[in-house]
Formats: sequence, C-alpha cells, structure tokens
Amino acid sequence: MSAALQFLGLLLAAAGAFFFVAGSAGLIRFPDQLSRLHALTKADNLGLGLVALGLLPFAAGVFAALKLLVIWALVLLSGASAAQMVAERVRAAEPPA
Amino acid sequence: MILDWLLDGMVALLILAAALWTLAAPTPFAAVIGFVGFGLLASLAWVRLAAVDVALTEAAVGAGATGVILLQSAVRLRRGAAEVAAATPGRATTLLAGLLAGGLGLGLALAVLALPATVPGPAAEAAARSAEVGLGNLVAAVLMAYRGLDTLLESIVLVFAVLAVWAMGPDRHWGGIPGPRFARQRDGPLALLARWLPPVGIVIGIHIAWVGADAPGGKFQGGTVLAAMWVLAWGAGLVRPPSVADRRVRLVLVAGPLGFLLAGLLGAVLDGSFLAWPAALGKPLLLLVEAAMTLSVAAALALLVVGPPERRA
Repeated sequence: MSAALQFLGLLLAAAGAFFFVAGSAGLIRFPDQLSRLHALTKADNLGLGLVALGLLPFAAGVFAALKLLVIWALVLLSGASAAQMVAERVRAAEPPA
Repeated sequence: MILDWLLDGMVALLILAAALWTLAAPTPFAAVIGFVGFGLLASLAWVRLAAVDVALTEAAVGAGATGVILLQSAVRLRRGAAEVAAATPGRATTLLAGLLAGGLGLGLALAVLALPATVPGPAAEAAARSAEVGLGNLVAAVLMAYRGLDTLLESIVLVFAVLAVWAMGPDRHWGGIPGPRFARQRDGPLALLARWLPPVGIVIGIHIAWVGADAPGGKFQGGTVLAAMWVLAWGAGLVRPPSVADRRVRLVLVAGPLGFLLAGLLGAVLDGSFLAWPAALGKPLLLLVEAAMTLSVAAALALLVVGPPERRA
C-alpha cells in the first residue's frame, strides 16, 4: 500500500516538475509581461502543489504532511497576490488598447 | 553519489551565475532581485551542507530582510541620480575591488580545502555537554552558551544600526515619524495579503523562534518573519510607524540586548563569570532572554526597513 502510494507520489512530483519546466520556458519565451506572469503563476501554484502532494506519502508523520500543505497554501496566497500586484502595475503603466 | 555531485554542482553553478548576474545587472533594482535570488540559492547550498540553521538565517535575513532594505535603498536612490553617478567608482577601482574580492575568495577556498579531515578543537566536547544548557539544538547551545558574547554583541549591533539609520534624517525631523507614508489599501491583492498573512505569519514567526531551542530556527529567523508581517501591514497602510522618540519603541528595541546583559551580570554574581547562565535558572532565564531578543530583532529589522524619520510626529 505505502509503496503504491509512494509510486503515485513520485508520479505527482514528476508532473509538478513538468509544470515548473513549462512555466520556466513560458517565462523566458512569452512575448509580454502579462503572459510571462501567467506562465510563472502556473509553475508556482500547480507545480508546487503537485510536488507537495507527491511528497505527502514520504512525510514523517501527520504534522509533517500538514506542514507541506500549509507551505503550499502560503505560496498560493503570496504568489497569487504578488502576481496580481505586478499585473496591476503593468496595467497602470500601459493601459489595454 | 553521482546524483549528489550533480545536485551540488548545479547549485554551485547557479550560485555563481546569480552572483555574476547581480554584478552585471543593468539597474540597481534588477541587481537587488539578483541578490535575493543569490541568497535563496545560497540557503539551498547550506541545506545541502546540513546546516539548516544557517540556511534559515540566510533565507530570512540574508535574502529576505537585506533584500527588502536594499530594495528600499534602490527606490530612494532614484531621486538622486546625479549624486549616485558622482559617487560611483570608476572602472579601475571596480576592477581592483573585483580582483581583491576574487583573490580573497580564492584564498579562502584554498584554505578550506587544505583543512584536515578532523579539525582539532573544542567542538566534540561542546557537543557532548550541550544538554547541560538545556538546549537540544546544538547551534542554539553554542550561540547562547559557548559564544554568548558574540551573540550579545550581534544584538547590540542591530540597535546601533537602527540608530545610524535614524541619524540619516534631517535635524528638523528628529523625533518624528520614520519612513514614507502609504495610502490605506481598501481592496485589491495587497489589502487581502496584508489582512490574511499576518495572523498566520505571527504564529509561524513565534514558532520558529520557539523551536529554535531544539530544532533549526531561533530568534533571528523568527524575528525576521515577525518584522516581515509588520512591514506588510505598514506597506498596505494598515499600521503607521510610531515616532522614533516613542519610549515604547525604544524599549522594545533594547529589550533583548538589555535582558541578555542583565542575565549575563546575574551569571557573574551567582556563578562567578559573565554570561555563565546560572545552572539553577538556566533554561527559564534563557527562554526569557530569547523571547526578548526575538522582539528586539523584529523591531530592529522593521525599523531598518522603514528608514529615517521623514516628518514631524
């Protein structure tokens, strides 16, 4: 059971790593600031979420597992807020045509 | 084994790349962002070296707090472009400084590589006797007991740093309110973050300071998180900095060093040597000093970010 869960965890973490790679590629390649921001937040939210989920079967106990989830939630909150703030400044600097 | 080498090599390369980017960055703002990235990568390296306490400090103080202070400076310096240009060293000076820093780094690296595998010193004995201090975290035991004087002086340096920043303000604002004033955010992402994050962050900050006795963490790391929460609320216009003449501010600022000094003197009276941590009072006294230090570190870092007094109280 735990071996199966850990295998699932590895798959989830690998999927998370894929989102990070895709997000990084988008961050480098996308043409404008808002699109780059979009790519970045996907890596932050989904990528880190999948990695955190994938690490759950390896956590040392219930509290360690909860800590992982809290870290994800905190990054979600701060990452999303920061992205919105950057987007606000971009919008203020160059209003949409 | 090969994976370890690969991981460590990648971290080392990334650190070098971040350092080069920071030096070559086109604007001060970009350089500060590079510096923060460099600090976070360096904390990864500390984790790889199994020095989690140092990693936490590097991430919190080195990258986080220093990054915010440098960011503030970069924004302030935009007003004085001519003065900055006049004070910027020429190519020759930059090159010389680079060579000096590079040579020093190389020398340090060679010295570290030349160290014997087992370093003679009191480390083993200190580790064996750390339980007597009542601290499970060896780093905390060394910082508070064996190198107590260093830690005391570090905490005093923070007070001097705040005084130096306050002294940067013009005379007419002395005793006034420090830092720029931010408009109160009624809605939007900053208002949301400044309302949601501090309750969680305050608990986490106190937790990090508290577990420092037995696990990686401590007053500097926890105090930085507390300071960050206050700075966030300040940036969103939810709290205003008190005047630099406010006695409560000054008391919080010196509570840690003062408590540390008093505890040290108590050791001198009871146990015959300064900072001896009298065995009867050891742990409770230590916790009291640590708690006061956490508050003082938080206040000092927050005040360093806020800057000198800018208007009358």
